[in-house]
Amino acid sequence: MSEHTKPVSRYTTAARINHWITAVSLVLLALSGLALFHPSLYFLTYLFGGGQMTRIIHPWIGVVLGISFLGLFLRFFALNFWNRDDTVWMKNLGSVINNKEEGLPELGKYNAGQKLVFWGQSILILLLLGSGFALWDTYFASYTTIDQKRLSAVVHALCAIGAILIWIVHVYAAIWVKGTMSAMTRGSVSGGWAWKHHRKWFRQEVGKS
Amino acid sequence: MSALQALDLRRRSASSVPPPAAGKPAAVPVAKLIDVSKCIGCKACQTACLEWNQLDQPIGYTDGSYDNPTDLTTASWTVMRYTEYEHGDDLEWLIRKDGCMHCDDPGCLKACPAPGAIVQYTNGIVDFISDNCIGCGYCVKGCPFNIPRISQVTSKAYKCTLCSDRVVVGQAPACAKACPTQAIYFGTKEDMIAHAGKRITDLKSRGYQNAGLYNPPGVNGTHVMYVLQHADKPSLYAGLPDNPHISPLVGLWKGVMKPLSLAAIAFAGAFGLMHYVTKGPNRVTEHDEEKAAELAGTDGAGSKQA
Repeated sequence: MSEHTKPVSRYTTAARINHWITAVSLVLLALSGLALFHPSLYFLTYLFGGGQMTRIIHPWIGVVLGISFLGLFLRFFALNFWNRDDTVWMKNLGSVINNKEEGLPELGKYNAGQKLVFWGQSILILLLLGSGFALWDTYFASYTTIDQKRLSAVVHALCAIGAILIWIVHVYAAIWVKGTMSAMTRGSVSGGWAWKHHRKWFRQEVGKS
Repeated sequence: MSALQALDLRRRSASSVPPPAAGKPAAVPVAKLIDVSKCIGCKACQTACLEWNQLDQPIGYTDGSYDNPTDLTTASWTVMRYTEYEHGDDLEWLIRKDGCMHCDDPGCLKACPAPGAIVQYTNGIVDFISDNCIGCGYCVKGCPFNIPRISQVTSKAYKCTLCSDRVVVGQAPACAKACPTQAIYFGTKEDMIAHAGKRITDLKSRGYQNAGLYNPPGVNGTHVMYVLQHADKPSLYAGLPDNPHISPLVGLWKGVMKPLSLAAIAFAGAFGLMHYVTKGPNRVTEHDEEKAAELAGTDGAGSKQA
């Protein structure tokens, strides 16, 4: 593929660092959390220095994720409000999955799928933080009743599975749609990628220069 | 097998495979029977528990009742709970020795995520194996009786062992040995139920029409049972649950959610892989690059002059 145009800037260095702190935290949380969720995955505790260490480290990584994700939320929420084009895009999800995007509305910086990932993770991480504090007995045991802790355990597990599923969609989309990964690694995408996937945003970016 | 056959495991926390003793003739189930009607509240059982298990309960404070300490702790695995029960002109002093009930269907064990941190021996005793405990507190959520206590020092969970170390060599638990009125019996569960029957007949002949045995079916019975003067109202006895069972939330969390969640993750991964294999990647075409260049200007520097 020839480079006809200069790369289009998509993420600042700060946004990329913010993203990767969140990404690493989320992966570590998923591994340590799954280790304590299913006995068959208890072996994952060895990655963290054993069961006790996993129990100690997991909530602290959660704190890092919470702060880091708040940064991402503040950076991106304004660009993630739903509009009519998103509804049309969702109705044509079948075509998108079949690699046939022609004839769909021109999109801003994010498509409906990306917006759903954004809002999904925002809500789930908020619930995970809330329920997580209720389960963090080392410091917060006395703040909740046992029944509230039981409910928190169920909410925490459900939301974690939801967040892992969304994470799979997010990572797979980046693998499937070629040219996407450079947005988060080097901060820019090719003009062709911007034209093909986010034309309205591309027009705005071109207009700025 | 265990070093001692009497400690063969019937259940082991967070373990998907059968414990080594499965299929071997099980040990005779044992039980402790606490006859509340014979208890004089002397706390010899509490002292014996501390002494045998080499525990140290720091001096605390009094809340104005006889409960001392006021709750179970990581050192006090049993506590006498005193209730003044007034009905009509009558006042009854109900004294219940609280502690682990050794449920036949133990909620703590089901909730525990650490393999082998909670075990149930074939004789029915539920024991915490501290070396495997990771201190997560899930046993607290699993327990229908609010028994396990988490140490501020070690972060591990502690509770009554039913003196498994004594039982294994044919001794009764320390509390039963120390009780001066023989309000605490120990033996096979069958014998204890039979003995409770005699005590209940006696209590009924003395006017306690609702005397009965507390061996709650919601947890498949317990290996610590009470003879209660008012078995129709267990909650009179300092909040003893009327119908204890493992919380449905814990059942959901430790039941269907585990396999379904892993299946969902596996399905999502497989779906992605199959999509890539059948539909292939979504690539930017030469045409897209040309259209982009048309819009943004063509040269490598890409500066678009207005």
